[in-house]
Amino acid sequence: MKISYYPGCTLKTKANNLEKAAVASLEALGIEVEEIDRWNCCGAVYSLTADDLIHHVGPVRNLIRAKEMGADKLVTLCSMCYNTLARANQLMKDDEVKRDTINRFMDDEIDYSGEVEVVHYLTYLQEQVGWDKLREQVKVPLTGLKVGTYYGCTLQRPAEVGIEPMGSYTQMTGLLEALGATVVPFNAADKCCGSYQVLGAAPGENSAASAILNSAAGAGIEALATSCPLCEYNLGKQQQQMLEKQAIEQGVPTFYFSQLLAVALGIDPELCRFELNDGQSLELLKSKNYLAAA
Amino acid sequence: MCETTSTPKFATGDRAILPEGASTIPIYVMGKMYEVPETLTIMKAMEFAGFRFLRGAGCRGGICGACPTVFRKAGDYKLHYGLACQTVVEPNMYLAQIPFFPANRASYDIEEMSGLADAIHALYPELFRCVSCNLCTKACPMDVDVLGYISALKQGNIEKAARLSFDCIQCGLCASRCMGEIPQYHIAQLARRVFARYIQPQAEHLKSRVTEIEAGKYDQMLDEMSGMSKDDLEKTYVDREREPDMVEPGSWMPQDRQYL
Ligand code: FES
Repeated sequence: MKISYYPGCTLKTKANNLEKAAVASLEALGIEVEEIDRWNCCGAVYSLTADDLIHHVGPVRNLIRAKEMGADKLVTLCSMCYNTLARANQLMKDDEVKRDTINRFMDDEIDYSGEVEVVHYLTYLQEQVGWDKLREQVKVPLTGLKVGTYYGCTLQRPAEVGIEPMGSYTQMTGLLEALGATVVPFNAADKCCGSYQVLGAAPGENSAASAILNSAAGAGIEALATSCPLCEYNLGKQQQQMLEKQAIEQGVPTFYFSQLLAVALGIDPELCRFELNDGQSLELLKSKNYLAAA
Repeated sequence: MCETTSTPKFATGDRAILPEGASTIPIYVMGKMYEVPETLTIMKAMEFAGFRFLRGAGCRGGICGACPTVFRKAGDYKLHYGLACQTVVEPNMYLAQIPFFPANRASYDIEEMSGLADAIHALYPELFRCVSCNLCTKACPMDVDVLGYISALKQGNIEKAARLSFDCIQCGLCASRCMGEIPQYHIAQLARRVFARYIQPQAEHLKSRVTEIEAGKYDQMLDEMSGMSKDDLEKTYVDREREPDMVEPGSWMPQDRQYL
């Protein structure tokens, strides 16, 4: 099996831990990953202004790259890239007038009308590999690890592109349970992490993030799994400061779901790039003895 | 950039002279029509028409980037771009020279940077204003994938940016078209410098040669030569050992190998 893959800028820099672990996992599962050629920024945030079409040009250009490569599916990982690409794709499929304007503006490219399907990595794993098959491949079961699934906003909103309905977390739950972990629900699972609001807040004073961590800790969760670099930044990278400011009582190590997948598949921890997580994340895995085999 | 003089009767300098019976074509320079000989470059045609380049011309060989031209053709909505010293005139082209386009250049000390993209991002935060419109690439007279290298830099890939931008001659047309107001060509130059200083493997033979030079290996030879009379120096030059033309590579070695 071979997939066309769109990485995204952040996954090549600050969130390389999300990407490296995910790509290594697919390869371990026998799936060849082909990064699309000449990709550019996804646009990061889907523009909601009705007549602001220029901000759709970036995501559409990436979809055209995938179409040129003959891909019918484009798999992506980062929640924000997924959201922006999927919504731009939907616009090109559904809105004849805007599609025409965008295609005319991009007179250096072939025309596009939503031929490629944008698929999130989790959905791809569920549909193409399946949780039962994945369970058979697990080398280091994450037995005894209590994980909270934290989807963040952009994986589920709006409903037209959400990987599953709001309030439902079956894909990440299916994955984590296949890896042997115990998924524990918590009240703030569907709350926003504070997103870009963090830019205006002093370090460690993003109350949206601390509320989520407190809710998770209160439910007895030991680790949070996410697929969004901005959520990870707000929940993971800010934790030490939240602890210092006593905004949270205890830390909850955060991971990209792909890192937990890679660990369970027995992949070299180097590829998980834990140095990009908050230090307690690696400590937790060590204390649970999940890295001993590698 | 230029000034007009009256239409020349005599050839001066390298100004083109219209041969007897040569056909001319109309071109429009800043909106005014001139009949110029066909087959000339834009630069020669403008000089033929009486413009004189005080700035906005340099190498005349397509490499200095001083002479970018923007033009349209009658009845075509598209903008076209070229170098005036390289692009041949076409009938009814409407053109203007853009010899300079303002673009801020960040100041930095290359020795205080690293091979990571963070420093480039900090010096040029406007990089993230790119909307991938690709107008920069369309404007490039050197066919550089400008959007490609800007994207590579956003992705932290300095090597890719350095390689993709290698043909850039800093003419500035990319910056003139950018909706994100990005000074692309300055950022690309910084990327190439960072690549060369921190990422590209250093050439070992060059390093050892520099060490030899610094240790004074060639000082005596150079001192001797600088003390020679002109006649002796000429004789030394004429008598020097020289690799014969068209020799099989690797088959020739000089007699005197003390400096190899
Ligand atoms: S004069 Fe140097 S590129 Fe044209």
